[in-house]
Amino acid sequence: MQSRSSSPVAATPDQLAAVDAAISSLASQRGACLEIMHAIQDQLGFVPHEAIQRIADALNLSRADVHGVLTYYHDFREQPPGSHVLKVCRAESCQAMGSDKLEDHIAERHGAAMGETSQDGELTVEPVYCLGNCALSPAVQLDGKVHGRVSADRLDGLLQKCKNNGGNS
Amino acid sequence: MSTKIYVPRDSAALSLGADEVADAVVREAAARKLDVQVVRNGSRGMLWLETLLEVQTADGRIAYGPVTADDVASMFDADLATGREHPLRLGKTEELPWLQKQTRLTFARVGVTDPISTDEYTEHGGIAGLKKAVAMESKDIVEAVVASGLRGRGGAGFPAGIKWRTVLGAESDQKYIACNADEGDSGTFSDRMIMEGDPYLLLEGMAIAGLAVGATVGYIYLRSEYPDARIVLTTAIERARAAGWLGDNLLGSGKAFDIHIRLGAGSYVCGEETAMLESLEGKRGIVRAKPPLPALEGLWGKPTVVNNVMTLAAVPFIVDQGGEAYAKHGSGRSLGTLPYQLAGNIKQGGLVEVPLGVTIRELLYDYGGGSASGRPIRAIQVGGPLGAYLPESKFDTPADYESLAAAGGLLGHGGIVVFDDTVDMSKMARYAMDFCAIESCGKCTPCRIGSTRGVEVIDRLVAADDKRKDEELLRDLCDTMTSASLCAMGGLTPLPVLSALDNFPEDFGKK
Repeated sequence: MQSRSSSPVAATPDQLAAVDAAISSLASQRGACLEIMHAIQDQLGFVPHEAIQRIADALNLSRADVHGVLTYYHDFREQPPGSHVLKVCRAESCQAMGSDKLEDHIAERHGAAMGETSQDGELTVEPVYCLGNCALSPAVQLDGKVHGRVSADRLDGLLQKCKNNGGNS
Repeated sequence: MSTKIYVPRDSAALSLGADEVADAVVREAAARKLDVQVVRNGSRGMLWLETLLEVQTADGRIAYGPVTADDVASMFDADLATGREHPLRLGKTEELPWLQKQTRLTFARVGVTDPISTDEYTEHGGIAGLKKAVAMESKDIVEAVVASGLRGRGGAGFPAGIKWRTVLGAESDQKYIACNADEGDSGTFSDRMIMEGDPYLLLEGMAIAGLAVGATVGYIYLRSEYPDARIVLTTAIERARAAGWLGDNLLGSGKAFDIHIRLGAGSYVCGEETAMLESLEGKRGIVRAKPPLPALEGLWGKPTVVNNVMTLAAVPFIVDQGGEAYAKHGSGRSLGTLPYQLAGNIKQGGLVEVPLGVTIRELLYDYGGGSASGRPIRAIQVGGPLGAYLPESKFDTPADYESLAAAGGLLGHGGIVVFDDTVDMSKMARYAMDFCAIESCGKCTPCRIGSTRGVEVIDRLVAADDKRKDEELLRDLCDTMTSASLCAMGGLTPLPVLSALDNFPEDFGKK
């Protein structure tokens, strides 16, 4: 998705340990590249730059191959996201129920335009193309949980609730 | 005896607070010292009524909806356990008109049973197909599927039995079943509802496919946008292995078949079968040129059956009841049933399984109840982002493969997205090109470059006073994309674009 041009921050030892753990648990599976990246991102919220070389070594691929996979798929982030990740469906069904207005509302009220993170680092907003909740559009996914028939008011309530809870809900 | 109360765990129900409803039921029952067992079932498909709560009474299951956590106390006050009157009471579930008119072959158990209970699966007719299949010759299973007339439910509509025949005939030390669960089309959710609501059906269908073609390993390529389906499938696979429905010794027959889940990563084009195979192999999801067909050189170069979830889920019925029993439904070359999905600006959105050939109008008004906004329905898109936009004048078209093709559209995965009269169709045409630009794998030029140029031409066309030049250019570009793209991504993007332009020219400022 929005791969940012700023140079990557060096991964911490804990992050590198998570990378190595994901690699060692999955590398024996055939074609494990995506699985490893998912496992790393589940742990860290993103795939650190250092993972590329390590995955390449473990799977006997070139760094270019691994970089290619990492940057091809919309899911994978190369930078850490905000404390909360809001995926807003942009597909036709949700458009038919006003998802574009919801996007505008999020940018205005919560300070994060599509593909960006709010100044305070609280909220990252990402596009998603269909959550399979099309009978209850518009739909969003907040920190992994799907919500349907999301009005601006309902969204404000959901975001307020997860800020009150703090951290990753 | 404890009272069974059903609260769906389908993610559509969860998206409206079904977990909170289930918690409230447990809490209120405990406060009243009532013996209540909460069963987390799949969804009945009446998604506008979620959370749809059901109570098992002596008189059958009674439905209430839409229920929120705040309603639960008042429902218990009204003696919920005996299914008494309440403002949210809908009546006996089985007698609700939305369900009564359907022909549920694939969705027979969804919403009825506990999705992960192996006992309930067998009690409700599950595993009967696999039982027959382990005793059958491979070619007889394949021929039953040929006789059923079952066509690929992912969108392409290729006869499933013919594909299986090709894989069965291929010589190889290893073959695979690859289930395409990358349900990326907007307006579709039937795969998700099966995986969450009756997962063993898919596993059984895949195992039968394995027996039919001589494959011992299956993969489910599941989109990452479906985390709830992943949880249910993971549990179901473990339990199916324990029950002997998967593994080295299927139902004690000595035959082997096992299934693994692989997650996608947010790429729409990975729903295209060859891109999906690349992604399954852990690579970028770049489309492969055909031939070779995946049936001969598929996953890791081995003969592979690539089928959609709905296709594989139709198989257990076919093998159990016979191909002819399935072919009895539908007409012409569109045989069997299809789970249609009503989405977007629709009052009663959800899933309707009926024989192929129901008209669009019946789906939109008899089942759907018109638009959610109450305004006139102006346009629909059938078959996902690569399907045509159809105006009201086409609503009497039967929703089957041939009729929709004749009407200039396609059936795709059976999803219908509804728009009311506030829609700007030039915006939807622009979006179709933009979506193609975002999701193009980049291998072929018409798709990679054409989609970006398409967005620009539509912008110019809408703004221009004299439209002729830009319209000619757009049509020419669409012709190139249609004829010269490697797969349906670039090849079908012109369908929504041109159908919007042809059916709704006024939205492009045309006189």
